[in-house]
Amino acid sequence: MIRYILRRAVEMLLTLLVASFLVFVVTEFSPGNVARKTLGAFALQSQVDLLYEKLHLNDPLMVRYVRWLGVLTGTVADPLQDPALKLDFKDPRGDRYFGNFGYSTMYKAPVNDVLWDRLGNTALLAGLAFAVIVPLSLVLGVLAGMNAGSVLDRALSTVSIVMTSIPEFALGVLLVAIFVVWLHILPGTSPLDSHSGWSIAQQLVLPVAVLAIYDAGYVARMVRTSMAEVMAKPYVRTAVLKGLPRHRVILRHALRNALIAPFTVILLQINWLIGGVVVTELVFAYPGFGRMLLDASLFGDVSLIEAATLIALFVATSTQLLSDVGYRVLDPQARR
Amino acid sequence: MSLLSIRNLRVEYTTARGTVAAIPEFSLDIAQGESFGLVGESGCGKSTLIMAIMGYMGRNGRVAGGEILFEGRDLARASAEEWRKIRGGRIAIVYQEPATALNPSMTIGQQLMEVPIAHGGASTAEARTRAERVLADVHLPDPDSVMRRYPHQLSGGQKQRVVIAMALLANPSLLLLDEPTTGLDVTVEAAVLDLLNELREKYGTALFYISHNLGVIAQVCDRIGVMYAGKLVEDAPAAALFATPRHPYTRGLLGSLPRPGADKHTHPLVSIPGVVPSAGRAPESCGFLTRCALAQPGVCDAAPVPMEAVSGGHLVRCARWAEVEAPAATPASATVAPIAQERAEIVMRADEVSRMFPVGKRRLLANDRLSFVAKRGHVLAIVGESGSGKSTFAKVLAGLDAATSGRLDVLGDDVAGKPVRKRTAAKVAAVQMVFQNPDGTLNPSHPVGWPLARALRKFGIARERKDVDARVAALLDMVRLPASLRHALPRQLSGGQKQRIAIARAFAGNPELLVADEPVSALDVSVQAAVINLLLRIQAEHGTTLVFISHDLGLVRYLADEVVVMYLGQVMESGPVAALFDPPYHPYTEALLSAVPVPDPSLRTTRIRLEGEIPSPLNVPPGCRFATRCPRKLGAVCDDTPPPARDAGNDHVIHCHIPLERLRQSEPVFRHAS
Repeated sequence: MIRYILRRAVEMLLTLLVASFLVFVVTEFSPGNVARKTLGAFALQSQVDLLYEKLHLNDPLMVRYVRWLGVLTGTVADPLQDPALKLDFKDPRGDRYFGNFGYSTMYKAPVNDVLWDRLGNTALLAGLAFAVIVPLSLVLGVLAGMNAGSVLDRALSTVSIVMTSIPEFALGVLLVAIFVVWLHILPGTSPLDSHSGWSIAQQLVLPVAVLAIYDAGYVARMVRTSMAEVMAKPYVRTAVLKGLPRHRVILRHALRNALIAPFTVILLQINWLIGGVVVTELVFAYPGFGRMLLDASLFGDVSLIEAATLIALFVATSTQLLSDVGYRVLDPQARR
Repeated sequence: MSLLSIRNLRVEYTTARGTVAAIPEFSLDIAQGESFGLVGESGCGKSTLIMAIMGYMGRNGRVAGGEILFEGRDLARASAEEWRKIRGGRIAIVYQEPATALNPSMTIGQQLMEVPIAHGGASTAEARTRAERVLADVHLPDPDSVMRRYPHQLSGGQKQRVVIAMALLANPSLLLLDEPTTGLDVTVEAAVLDLLNELREKYGTALFYISHNLGVIAQVCDRIGVMYAGKLVEDAPAAALFATPRHPYTRGLLGSLPRPGADKHTHPLVSIPGVVPSAGRAPESCGFLTRCALAQPGVCDAAPVPMEAVSGGHLVRCARWAEVEAPAATPASATVAPIAQERAEIVMRADEVSRMFPVGKRRLLANDRLSFVAKRGHVLAIVGESGSGKSTFAKVLAGLDAATSGRLDVLGDDVAGKPVRKRTAAKVAAVQMVFQNPDGTLNPSHPVGWPLARALRKFGIARERKDVDARVAALLDMVRLPASLRHALPRQLSGGQKQRIAIARAFAGNPELLVADEPVSALDVSVQAAVINLLLRIQAEHGTTLVFISHDLGLVRYLADEVVVMYLGQVMESGPVAALFDPPYHPYTEALLSAVPVPDPSLRTTRIRLEGEIPSPLNVPPGCRFATRCPRKLGAVCDDTPPPARDAGNDHVIHCHIPLERLRQSEPVFRHAS
């Protein structure tokens, strides 16, 4: 098992390396050159050309990619921070350290100063949402699946479909209308600012609710299908006809097998919660990672886009690794 | 007092088309410690009955009338709490497919220990001791290590032993067995049946065994019931049932089975015409009316036929049982005339054919230097347990796979390394195949006439639409199906009908050689007989050579002209069918023969049981492949040196270190008790 995890971890690093190259190629080829983006729209063309020259942006793609990797790993100094450029880009961590993602031209600050705050905010939102989604969808899905075909199953399935069919923004607006406009018990925006008159906890309620309701319906349907399938398996019949009490049949025999298939789906929700909840963040003006990535893309903030994409990729490959390992723990037949 | 007493039981299912009585009215008594067998084709309601006794009928099933008295309690009215104590505690069940009956994500130990903990509240330590003891009782070596394993780490036979152990753990007074050996190899089946007999004596448990296989039932049961369309039609002591069957259905079932010593030239199989009516569609008076050759208007279709006593303990539900004589002699016309020419032309010659699969750095020899021949118009049977490589050879021959070395001459061309795409259309047409599972071989979205028409066009037999239509009709007629059926979809056909379509398709291109891989093992006995008769008739008419792959030695004895016995990729013995079923035997053949469940309690068979499991094909013994399990092993020579081919005359070859003289001395496996 340990060897398997190590092997998969090495594969994951290789995947990240290949992905980083693709990310680099795509962002460097995006319209507008890096020097222009760095200096802004009002800089003179001569200044842009000069910077272009100094940053060696005429070098072949591979050379520039290796240099970028060098900056990231701390073996090469960040060229943008060169005082000779007189750009006044300064990073308190220095110009040469591991994990140097460069300088954000949009925020005029080191990427590391911007990125981690936003990621932290999103992780808080995602973590809370995940903590609601998993138990909620499991309870809904298992209850429906273990009574497949019953009135309870049909009721729960309908609720799940309705939950997952309402778009995030519509759900956001609806909840705001009820809890903000009508009941006045929650804030309409969540900038995570403790001086706004609402506590951080209160500000988190609505974004978490939107994500949880939208996603739990979907996951619950996956769990229900798998659970219903397992309940019809001959080994569940064996367990019943052994004379085991019903709760033991469900908990010991059905549940674990029923979770094997949805396990991957559940972990995939983490990827979505980290990088894909832009709509919810926009609706509630939440200072999250997705919104930052959207802004950076619209602005053309190359370093920030690269950094954020790499982080999202890292999260995605990590959950993949986690799901593969978890799969082997849950399913003895996969351990061969 | 009976242990189980079923009185006028009626089981109904609610379906989209209304309520259907799967069991209209059923009564049965089983005494303490008795071993009762219930036979009938699929669809007769056997499994429904078992599940009704267990109170497990799903959301749409219910007991609509009558009672199931067990140890004085009426199970049809038991509460959930009572059920919990009865299931697994007083009545336990062993299932048809052990592979799916065990939870794949729990260890064997966890699954076994649950039983004593749930019934009688044993502590974990007590439960462990008891589980280990029962595992030893079912003869699983090293119970401690078995306890720690997961189901997928055990073989099919071992899993069935675990399921039996699980059933016996709480010491139930009634054990229900639902086709517990179907799908297992014949040698494994024999061992499981031995085990059941042994455990029955040791635990004193009553057995209620359901099966479609009369041979299996004959090995285990004292009393046999025959079920048809949800009703018991005959109930008799085992010996009486086989000696003097009274109900036409029972006779039909027995006639469908090849008897030991009988073959296609002397005793043809007699099938039962028609199919089992679907639940609730059988006539009220006598369910068998529509398929019975002896049915008489006014007598059989008047009132519901009651169960009547023939003699002490022998009951039959037939209005004409007294008038109808003992089984009529089989019509001689149906027998297959023996092939006159002694030295028929050789159609297929395998010469050192090998199929090797590289597995990592190791080599898996699925076929290891196979050499034998098939003669024109003959039936060559290849027998062996699963893993013997018989299906691999069938695939190489049909061109679905290619041999890695050796020569395989078919009609004068070497096709060993030639899969279908490298063969000419004429050669493909000349070698055709019929597969085991008729459900999987027909495309569910095309009418069944489509593959026939397609084969006719592909092989250039017919091109014009009119020709094709006429040919399709002729093919359907050849397999005794109405021409109108060509527009039916596969799901509208029964298993037997589907297999007839598969045979018609294979004969579309007038093949010289037909490879049939277990063509009837998925079918009910009566249907099996019909399909076999059909196949043999067409084969004889066309002079086609048939390569018949099977694990069923009874069937092989019946239909083959020559037999090849394979074990772990190699030929153990080959020769004419008559020579193979009498001494001298290869020790493996002897073991296979002695494992055949014989549907005749008056016949004695030698009891040879193979120990251990078939070795991994990745790790084969360097000497004789069979050495690790051979009951007559001589010593180190068997382990180290490949056995010589001993010629017993008349093309009969035995690959064994034991001299022929000694092999000749063994007793015949089948003997009449005198």
